[in-house]
Amino acid sequence: MARKEIIVIGGGLAGLSCAMKLAQDGIRVKLVSLTKVKRSHSACAQGGINASFDTKGEGDSPLVHAYETIKGGDFLADQPPVIEMCLAAPKLIHMMERLGCPFNRTKEGNLDVRRFGGTLYHRTVFCGASTGQQLLYSLDEQVRRFEAQGLIHKYEHHDFLRLIFDESGAARGIVMLNLFTLHLEVLKADAVIVATGGIGMLYRKSTNSMVSTGAAAGRLFMQGMKYANGEFIQIHPTAIPGEDKLRLMSESARGEGGRIWVPGDSTKRITTSDGREIPCGKTGQPWYFLEELYPAFGNLVPRDIGSREILRVCEMGLGIDGKNQVYLDVSHLEPAAQKKLEAILHIYEKFTGDDPRRVPMRIFPAVHYTMGGAWVDFPASDDPDRYTRYRHMTNIRGCFNVGESDFLYHGANRLGANSLLSCLYGGLVAADSSRCYVETSAFHEMPSRTFEEAKALEEARGAEIMQRSGPENIHRLHDELAECMCRTTTVQRNNKDLRETITKIKELRERAKNITLDDTSHVANQTYIFANQFEAMLELALVIAKGALLRDESRGSHSKPEFPNRDDERFLKTTIAEYAPDEPKISYIDVDTRYLKPARRDYTKAEKVVPHFENLPKEIPLPL
Amino acid sequence: MKTKLPTTIILRIFRGVPGKQYWEEFELERRDGMNVISALMDIQKNPVTRQGKKVEPVVWESNCLEEVCGACSMLINGYPRQSCTALIDPILHETGNNVITLAPFTKFPLIRDLMVDRSIMFENLKKIRAWIDVDDFRDRGEGPKISQEKQDVMYSISTCMTCGCCSEACPQINCHSTFIGPAAIAQLRFYNTHPVGTFEAPSRLRVMMGEGGVSECGNAQNCVRVCPKDIPLTDAIAAIGRDVTLRAIVDLFSLPERS
Repeated sequence: MARKEIIVIGGGLAGLSCAMKLAQDGIRVKLVSLTKVKRSHSACAQGGINASFDTKGEGDSPLVHAYETIKGGDFLADQPPVIEMCLAAPKLIHMMERLGCPFNRTKEGNLDVRRFGGTLYHRTVFCGASTGQQLLYSLDEQVRRFEAQGLIHKYEHHDFLRLIFDESGAARGIVMLNLFTLHLEVLKADAVIVATGGIGMLYRKSTNSMVSTGAAAGRLFMQGMKYANGEFIQIHPTAIPGEDKLRLMSESARGEGGRIWVPGDSTKRITTSDGREIPCGKTGQPWYFLEELYPAFGNLVPRDIGSREILRVCEMGLGIDGKNQVYLDVSHLEPAAQKKLEAILHIYEKFTGDDPRRVPMRIFPAVHYTMGGAWVDFPASDDPDRYTRYRHMTNIRGCFNVGESDFLYHGANRLGANSLLSCLYGGLVAADSSRCYVETSAFHEMPSRTFEEAKALEEARGAEIMQRSGPENIHRLHDELAECMCRTTTVQRNNKDLRETITKIKELRERAKNITLDDTSHVANQTYIFANQFEAMLELALVIAKGALLRDESRGSHSKPEFPNRDDERFLKTTIAEYAPDEPKISYIDVDTRYLKPARRDYTKAEKVVPHFENLPKEIPLPL
Repeated sequence: MKTKLPTTIILRIFRGVPGKQYWEEFELERRDGMNVISALMDIQKNPVTRQGKKVEPVVWESNCLEEVCGACSMLINGYPRQSCTALIDPILHETGNNVITLAPFTKFPLIRDLMVDRSIMFENLKKIRAWIDVDDFRDRGEGPKISQEKQDVMYSISTCMTCGCCSEACPQINCHSTFIGPAAIAQLRFYNTHPVGTFEAPSRLRVMMGEGGVSECGNAQNCVRVCPKDIPLTDAIAAIGRDVTLRAIVDLFSLPERS
């Protein structure tokens, strides 16, 4: 029997974890990436990866980790995948040690751990302040090992354009664009796994990389893939304002003891989350507002809360020099702690010219992560159909989705250092489940006509974009989209603005038909490549805006002052968006809360909760 | 005392495709905090030269924009570096001139404008078997303990982004040589240092004995001067050079392995 073949689109942590596991298990992998996989956006993850070893004897455990992940996500995450991920986390870290990932060590040579947001426990293992880069590189080398053996074939510098289906509607191939030659190419396989990451480019300036356009997700959405919880966009509290991007300043800066402050003003007063009114510090002295507003978690509140409070303080006119900026201060830290943060302190110094070891950094919140993404199935270990459904498969048969581009694990807000974990874990799960799918399904030879027709569709579309002639410039349309998305779909949302945003996106969709490309060459034509992506990006922008408009509550990263409370009765639901030509069709499905009842999400008290999960299966099989 | 900065800057860019390269100049408004990437983004939105001629936007490679991905390497005023961290104002202060030249790397095949193909660097990582030969991805308990000192060495090497600045600056890398270059040699040291990676150390070192190996380093030390991540490249080359010599002697006399 010929080897089964699977296409993996995306070479970040999730894509690589999936590809290497598939290759190990005898599947031939075709790995498609916009860039050299080693340059993927996972490299930007800084602070660490969570795994409960309880090395400090604090009473931590994988179930406490799961509880805090579910609570951090404001109870919107389906619970079975979260539990499984947290149980697997320590094993995953041991696997990464074996692959050579240079984690920081204690004197005895054990794994060192630091604290992160939304938890009172030290459970984040790390490599300095470039953990994502180090994990990515370890997997990159494993993938290279299989590449040298001929089990993985890479197609780098290629952009995914379209899925190809067989007569039963199962995904069996893709059309992709060679970014150097602009040639269209077709890849055939038995299944397709999509791991295309975040969508930060919808906002133009975010902490994301240039490749995080969201175009792949938008294209799949337009081909019928359901997109879940699109309105949940994480705003990271601490980024360096910049001309071309907003550079992340890791939560680990605060995990190592960094403090956020603004100059105090005792004439102003602020309301705490439990309803007390307190003065805004003492005039002439630093006011550590997170520490006063959240005595238990202090600077390490979850990101949605941190971002909202920073914005609130700035809107009261307390930002540095009245601007939208606050201080993140690590200048008081011991040299040993500063050394662990060296990578990010260098970034700050290189981009601002100031030495953060001596002067406090100036930071502001920025778009950072998409909790939402492709809806994927996840039959739990106690479901009778665990092995007849497929974990991480989208509503399109044979098309899987994993990593930041799926919607699992993080609910309405992701905890810091959980993203690397969900990518790594999800990759292994998707590998197992897709292998199971291709090995148990009967595949028929497809007529070559099907592939040619799909390619012809893209050829026609590409030619049409090339010959457009009108007054618009694609990059300026992008700026307009980003301005409107940043203004109305980030920290605070309101329905009036969201309605205008939907109108605006539709207007941009029309105007994009009247662009003229400044470049019509066929070598690495980036203007054309981006124009081709933009259409799909707009559809995803509509998903975000409409999902936010219809969700009349505040939950996790989605905050609407008109509806300040969480409304479990109406909205303890996963939002499902389906493509329609005018605007997405939105519906809701239940959240799987089988193990834990939703409770109030409180970060003012320092109690260490022993979580009570009900009906947990006795044995939960893990992918390693 | 800093000099007053000009209101505009001129990017002088060596662009084109293989066999047809030429210079073009763009005059842009200078803004605080501007870097080379944001200047190139300005050109994208309005690709008009200083002479008023409408041209195709300049093509370049970039991704993370925070100097961890290694994509945006180019020659800036002749110096190989990342264009994301190339802030305009410090360059203006340094040169006292508002013209900044951009050019593609010369040691790699040109694709277009400032974009080159650095695939060779990744192929070189295959040559030196830059990976750990694990049996599988199953649960096999804790990984090996590693001392802080060893982790420090490994981490400093492992921040290499394969950006190619070291190769570009190296006089030994040119169209007449097969020298594998500093980046791959440093990675070899990483994998030979790891407690399990070291099992394969002999075979990695043998790759370094032959043509294109470590002996082709001319000790110009340019690599370590241009490395944006301050990776101790020359230390790695020296260490591997010693190990290669020892390995050659051990191999020659078929001596048993030392523990």
